Amino acid sequence: MKHEFRVTVGPVGFRIGSDWKRPLDQLSALYADYPAPDIPDFTVRLFAQRPWRRFIRPSVMIGGDYMLPDAAPLSLAHGLLAAEMGMNLQMALGQRRYLLLHASAVERDGRALLMTGHSGAGKSTLSALLGERGWRFMGDEFALIDLDSGALHAFPRLVSLKNEAIAVMEGEVQSDRLGPLMRDTPKGDIRHLRPPKEAVARMREPAKPALLLFPRFGHAVDIRKVGEAEIFVRLTQASTNYVALGEAGFDALSSLVRTIPTRAVDYPDTESAVASVERLWAELAE
Amino acid sequence: MTDARLLVRALVDPATTRALDAEGWTALIAMARAEQLMGSLAHRLDGLDHLPEKVAQLCTDARQSAEHARRQALWEAEMARRVLAPLGEPVVLLKGTAYVAAGLSAGIGRSIGDLDILVRRDALDAVERALIEQGGWEWVKEDAYDDAYYRDYMHELPPLIHKERDRMIDVHHTVLPLTAKPTPDAEAMIADSVELANGLRVLSPADMVCHSAAHLFADGDLAGGLRNLWDIDRLVRDFGPRDGFWQALGERAQRHQLQKPVARALRLAEALYGTPLEGDAAGRGRAGDALYIRRLLARDGWGREIRKLLRLAFYIRSHWLRMPPFMLAKHLWTKWRKG
Repeated sequence: MKHEFRVTVGPVGFRIGSDWKRPLDQLSALYADYPAPDIPDFTVRLFAQRPWRRFIRPSVMIGGDYMLPDAAPLSLAHGLLAAEMGMNLQMALGQRRYLLLHASAVERDGRALLMTGHSGAGKSTLSALLGERGWRFMGDEFALIDLDSGALHAFPRLVSLKNEAIAVMEGEVQSDRLGPLMRDTPKGDIRHLRPPKEAVARMREPAKPALLLFPRFGHAVDIRKVGEAEIFVRLTQASTNYVALGEAGFDALSSLVRTIPTRAVDYPDTESAVASVERLWAELAE
Repeated sequence: MTDARLLVRALVDPATTRALDAEGWTALIAMARAEQLMGSLAHRLDGLDHLPEKVAQLCTDARQSAEHARRQALWEAEMARRVLAPLGEPVVLLKGTAYVAAGLSAGIGRSIGDLDILVRRDALDAVERALIEQGGWEWVKEDAYDDAYYRDYMHELPPLIHKERDRMIDVHHTVLPLTAKPTPDAEAMIADSVELANGLRVLSPADMVCHSAAHLFADGDLAGGLRNLWDIDRLVRDFGPRDGFWQALGERAQRHQLQKPVARALRLAEALYGTPLEGDAAGRGRAGDALYIRRLLARDGWGREIRKLLRLAFYIRSHWLRMPPFMLAKHLWTKWRKG
């Protein structure tokens, strides 16, 4: 393709081709510290629907090794988001080496805290925030569970801050770590955050899952136990490739559920969430 | 210009991949995925000692993925068997599911989507009722025009999907649309089919090749053609040495009015995959073959479709073959109005 950019995130390499230069320039600025793979795991393509749409009302189609049949195009102003969506899509549809959980993760002392929940629950923001406060950021979107060892592999792609989370993190980090503000995307306002240097430098170090939380934003502080069956079902729903992995996925998921301490955590604001996390970590993390 | 010749070479002679650099491997994998041949390629490359670590990893993933697809396909076939067994009707597995159920080389590493079965046309209503009322399948979409179109002109029921397992089943009563010119003898195909241990059936070797060729040319615009042609290559390599196969293939192709597609499929398989042929079933080479080969190889190192004009020509041709001109105009007009 006309323009190309390559990046390795955790154990996974990507090749991104584009009809336009700008989205890739934005990507390479934000992913400056990440190595480039010589043979990537996945190919992503950003292309114009029709040749003239490269210039006239340019709109970005997302393609690659794995594609959704009816994906709607994005405007060129949201090209960076399109690239990120394309990479996520390859992971969600094509990744078979790890059990993929839609979860964020941070690490301390070789042990990992996993957070999962519906969109808007705050898992992404919390992981980014903890990543600035003494934890190693391992990823805000996908947690990769090793099918043999059960270890968690980091996937520290750019943090995708949405709506209110943008202001929270703008107050927390240097502005040169933030990408362009993209307004009115299909997912609301979005601004990408470059993870801390340490998160990138240590991204090949796996960690042992030690605590699982189901955070929920917008409720009074509350902490509840969750039964094994419910955890299992919620994690199958949070996994993009549980079904595709068959027996290997079932084994990996059930041994995770049996061993990891788990709590549901409601929180009204991020500061109280951080406090709850620290307290639960001290009490429960194995 | 890079095209899928790279993929074809790697499939035919995996040792040639020793010469690939990182760019070459990257292109090869993108092409194999786009052509639904990654699992087959991964099996062909298995055991070679020159694979870069990342390639070996991706191949392991692809083989596991194909193994899962195989298991799921066989399970889906078993689910259909249980529902249809009380009818006492022969149920013939087609395409990918048949290849893995019969343990054929064409099934090794193959991706398998829908479950395709062939039943007698007279049994169609009973099969449909059993699948919906007892099996848990339902219509994918309710649309009066499409439904009527399928029932009046097609060789299969409108697709059904299972409510819980989310898997599609295509119930065929013959192998080509009723509006296509050749009229294969579906009853003869069912009569000659071979029973498997579990009571399900697969087509006889010669009919399997005929069906695969019909599927490749007469019904479709050659999308996924490299994979379908790979099926034919593998089938012929399995069946070719068997006694009487080549004679039976000639006879069956004639009976099903499929001599031309079968001959062309054999020629193209020989040209691209070096398929060993015997006898005269392949006929003499024709001028058009070169265009078919260009179309089949129309894929670049990014996994993109190339040669758009040629692709379009084959697409139009596929509709042309499927129905007479007036009907085609009416069909496209209705489809266009409905958006």
